Amino acid sequence: MSRRAPKLGRGVALVGAGMSKFGAFADKTSRDLFVDAFNAMTKTVDKGVKIEDIEALYVGNFSSDLFEGQGHIAPIMADWVGLVPKPATRVEDACASGGVAIREGILAIASGLYDTVLVGGTEKMTRLPTERVTDTLASASDAVYEASCGFTFPGLYAAMATAYMARYGASVEHFMKVGIKNHNNGALNPKAQFNKSIKDLMDSRIEKAKQKGEPVPQWRDELEFLKDPRANPVVAWPMRLFDCSPITDGAACLLLVAEDLARDFSDNPIYIIGTGQGSDHALNERKDLTSILASRTAAKQAYEMAGVKPEDIQIAEVHDCFTIAELMAIEDLGFFKPGEAFVATEQGVTARDGAKPINTSGGLKSKGHPVGASGVGQVVEIWHQMRGEAGPRQVPGKDIRLALTHNVGATGGTCVVHIYQRR
Amino acid sequence: MTEEREVDSASFYQFLAEKKLMASRCKKCQALFLPPHPICTKCHGNDMEWVEMKGNGKLAAFSAIAVGPSCTIEEGYDRDNPYLVGIVELDEGPKVSGRILGLDARRPENIKMGTPVTVEFLEQEEGRRCFVAFKAQ
Repeated sequence: MSRRAPKLGRGVALVGAGMSKFGAFADKTSRDLFVDAFNAMTKTVDKGVKIEDIEALYVGNFSSDLFEGQGHIAPIMADWVGLVPKPATRVEDACASGGVAIREGILAIASGLYDTVLVGGTEKMTRLPTERVTDTLASASDAVYEASCGFTFPGLYAAMATAYMARYGASVEHFMKVGIKNHNNGALNPKAQFNKSIKDLMDSRIEKAKQKGEPVPQWRDELEFLKDPRANPVVAWPMRLFDCSPITDGAACLLLVAEDLARDFSDNPIYIIGTGQGSDHALNERKDLTSILASRTAAKQAYEMAGVKPEDIQIAEVHDCFTIAELMAIEDLGFFKPGEAFVATEQGVTARDGAKPINTSGGLKSKGHPVGASGVGQVVEIWHQMRGEAGPRQVPGKDIRLALTHNVGATGGTCVVHIYQRR
Repeated sequence: MTEEREVDSASFYQFLAEKKLMASRCKKCQALFLPPHPICTKCHGNDMEWVEMKGNGKLAAFSAIAVGPSCTIEEGYDRDNPYLVGIVELDEGPKVSGRILGLDARRPENIKMGTPVTVEFLEQEEGRRCFVAFKAQ
């Protein structure tokens, strides 16, 4: 049975994007964060948006049930921004919840059902102690067959990292260089949880030791700092603390509209020209442990729908929940051949001033990873970069016309890819 | 008759308690599945049978876990006493996740990919089910 090439029933545009600050906020619930993101988003709609124009809400959230003891959050989010009685739907696909919520919003507009949709993501993670956050995140893997032997979520990515190292000859230093690059970007992002470079963090530790009269650490550079187990302890070898995205509270919101209405809201709308989504087996059942089938599947669909190739994409926000994940992502997206991403990263190709800037926001690593909000937060960065509004972290010397986001659920059971165009 | 048990997770863990690592096999295309799938993902047939794995294989990926979930903290593991988990490719073909024993979790950089391992059955505290482990030979 042959199938026609997938395409949207009608075009969809992004006319507003905003996020809360990402970080650890003891006094804020997921709804407070969502309201912050909503208010930040409405400020970016050039010609303004009235609540009564918005017809529905799709909100990504992984586990408010376990993180906050609060299920059924979609109507609460709708209520807190004044949308009741309009339809509000929660989307859960682990760390891809936000990206899939965006896709659901796109499909709802493309179908003709709605003209204007609010898409959001929110997650409040820091209320629980670390071991219970670990338990909750592990519930995104296969609880019956995978987590039972003691595999954690960082452990599953760490296992992929060992397979990648053995196959391609990458070292732990190559993983560290992904983190250094993303922190360099996050240092320029005021909304980032860690808006400090690794060098800044290292220097402040040295300064603190001097002030306290303690022995002053003798790190010559960031790599020495990252190799020191006191500064950068192992979480799941070979993934150390600075290879892992942090535990984060945060939210993000987008306003999506039918393409023919885009100019009613925005002077400079961003068009979503490709969407793709895929699934994959649990890690142990995959033929190849160094690549994610869901990512390759989602990317292929999105590229075909958009009619563009990986080399046409100028910037991308990819799912760097762990440093190894960024390397696998940029290979699965076709930016680099299998086994070449770590070399390209080392050569600076993926840096902000490189040929293929990746995660200019700081990525999940530095910006933070409020699980269900992360996929939506990625689009906020693309929005600012494509409109030339990213301030000090604006990619230099590029008129950005084509960009991509890549959002993964857990170890790749879900992946969603979107391609954006400025006309 | 083991073959007559339902192809589901309850039977899989019942077998583990009997110290048997069992896969499901599609009667139509002979594809093997571990965990035991009830529907063949290769030919989509749904007539499956149980088949016992010998339990020998090679280490295909691993990690030394320093920050574990609550259940391994209860087992006594922590940052100073990490444990190993891994993915083992069985001689019969399927790959399995499991605890890895007999290798030094404090020196993971010395662990060789492809290390031969054999299945072990670890029983947790009373009332909790058995899980798969592999021991380096």
